[in-house]
Amino acid sequence: MSAALIVFIALFLLVTVMGFFAARWRAGDMSQLAEWGLGGRRFGSIITWFMLGGDLYTAYTFVAVPALVFASGAVGFFAVPYAAMAYIFMYFAFPRFWSVARAKGYVTGADFVRGRFGSRTLALAIALTGIVATMPYIALQLVGMEVVLAGLGLHGEWPLIVAFVILAAYTYASGIRAPAMIAVVKDILIYATVIAAIVVIPAELGGYAKIFAGVSAKNLLLSANPFANPGMFSYGTLAFGSALALFLYPHAATGVMAASNRNAIKRNAVALPAYSLVLGLVALLGFMALAAGVKAMPQYADGFKTFGNNYAVPALFLRMFPGWFVGVAFAAIAIGALVPAAIMSIACANLFTRNIYREYFRRDCTPAHESQVARIVSLFVKLGALVFILEGQAKTAIELQLLGGIWIIQTLPAILIGLYSRWLNGRALLIGWVCGMGAGTWMAAQSGFKASVYVLHIGSLALPCYAALSSLALNLAVSVVLSWLFNAISAPRIDATAAEDYA
Amino acid sequence: MDGKLGGGFRLVHLLLIVPLAAQLWVPFYNRALPALDGVPFFYWYQILWVALTALCLFIVYRADGAK
Repeated sequence: MSAALIVFIALFLLVTVMGFFAARWRAGDMSQLAEWGLGGRRFGSIITWFMLGGDLYTAYTFVAVPALVFASGAVGFFAVPYAAMAYIFMYFAFPRFWSVARAKGYVTGADFVRGRFGSRTLALAIALTGIVATMPYIALQLVGMEVVLAGLGLHGEWPLIVAFVILAAYTYASGIRAPAMIAVVKDILIYATVIAAIVVIPAELGGYAKIFAGVSAKNLLLSANPFANPGMFSYGTLAFGSALALFLYPHAATGVMAASNRNAIKRNAVALPAYSLVLGLVALLGFMALAAGVKAMPQYADGFKTFGNNYAVPALFLRMFPGWFVGVAFAAIAIGALVPAAIMSIACANLFTRNIYREYFRRDCTPAHESQVARIVSLFVKLGALVFILEGQAKTAIELQLLGGIWIIQTLPAILIGLYSRWLNGRALLIGWVCGMGAGTWMAAQSGFKASVYVLHIGSLALPCYAALSSLALNLAVSVVLSWLFNAISAPRIDATAAEDYA
Repeated sequence: MDGKLGGGFRLVHLLLIVPLAAQLWVPFYNRALPALDGVPFFYWYQILWVALTALCLFIVYRADGAK
């Protein structure tokens, strides 16, 4: 057994023990959904920081962002301004979200929409959007894990199945306490790996000037024509649209709601960019992999053949690090898949249980029954993702995840604007949502679901714009115009929340 | 005047327009020079703005006070 594999297995066993032990940490009554699914809303600023960091910066992020930079250069760097700007929106809107969720006992974003606009159909639309946008994201965590397992020489289905069965078992037992505790280990390993990488690798490769000298002129910067595709305009819209969408994802909202106090959300908006800094450095690893020439090396040919450019970072680590540290780095990525996969499956389970099962099938459902259903649903969500990847549908998962970003942003008018105003009408929001979903999906379909940028023709101008933003504009326009109309002709629906619930 | 305009909005919040503008005005930073230790401007500028965004948020957070 190689040193890398021994270190990897040791770290994996450590987090497995922690995952099961987590149920006893600040133990609560697991027959309550807010205990299993939100840890009793008792996480302070520091645990929230580790958990949201582990949740938002996934294994797939750390593999796919440098892979895109490796293949396409500057275009792939939009993830960095995206991951900085997202916190500006978090700072303003999400303390309000936390407060109203705490005041009214909401467990999901759809719960809030149900209360605010008094529309169960709109809440169902929001819940379904969250579930379908998150499911492929879980599947992609498996892709991230598969890549490092292959890098360790573990091929075939069994290693992945074992890892996921363990994950499913401790998520079932401990709920969100498991990923919250494991995230601390994951984040420390990620920081150690990235700091080592940016110290060791550029020195080995002869410095940054030499690394960037090998990048083609086409990939080093964006096109000088602002409206080229890809170009500066599409870059800006991708960064801005993704930043707007990030905290609308159910797994982000779940992390926010699990915090013990409102101030923890604000402090985290200030402190979470530390992870974005790491992401920026990780993105540069793509150029380092290019300079190291790993793609042409015969020992990595198999990996590149199976995983494409997603193998760039694992190959770089194998090339540059001693065996035992490869184990640390790969464990960081694999554990980095477990944390978000657990929180995402919990978020989906909460949505299904609260906004579909209880709302439409069992109105009289007891809290204990509700919690039990959520725990079982979290198992099925993970099983679905596992089957999807084992069936070789990784490419479909990538396309669906790309669509997921376009879909999830359609919940912005109801959730983000809803946090500030009750003026928008529930029915108008629903029609706006239908228009946004339809238009966004259609735009992505024009590229065969390969690209999320769609060229808008306005007069003689061809604007390549992130489809999430252009479809959101349509959604907003429809929502506003119809709200004005509906509010004029019908009595307003009852808002279950009051102004003081948001403070 | 304490900068409070109602609805939780305060003048100091306008500070956060700065990081948004700095990162969304792509033509400003889509250039290779000046490089920093061999890293082209495009890359180090954006990484620097991650830290500066956090700094702006910190200033706003301190001005808002815990509540």
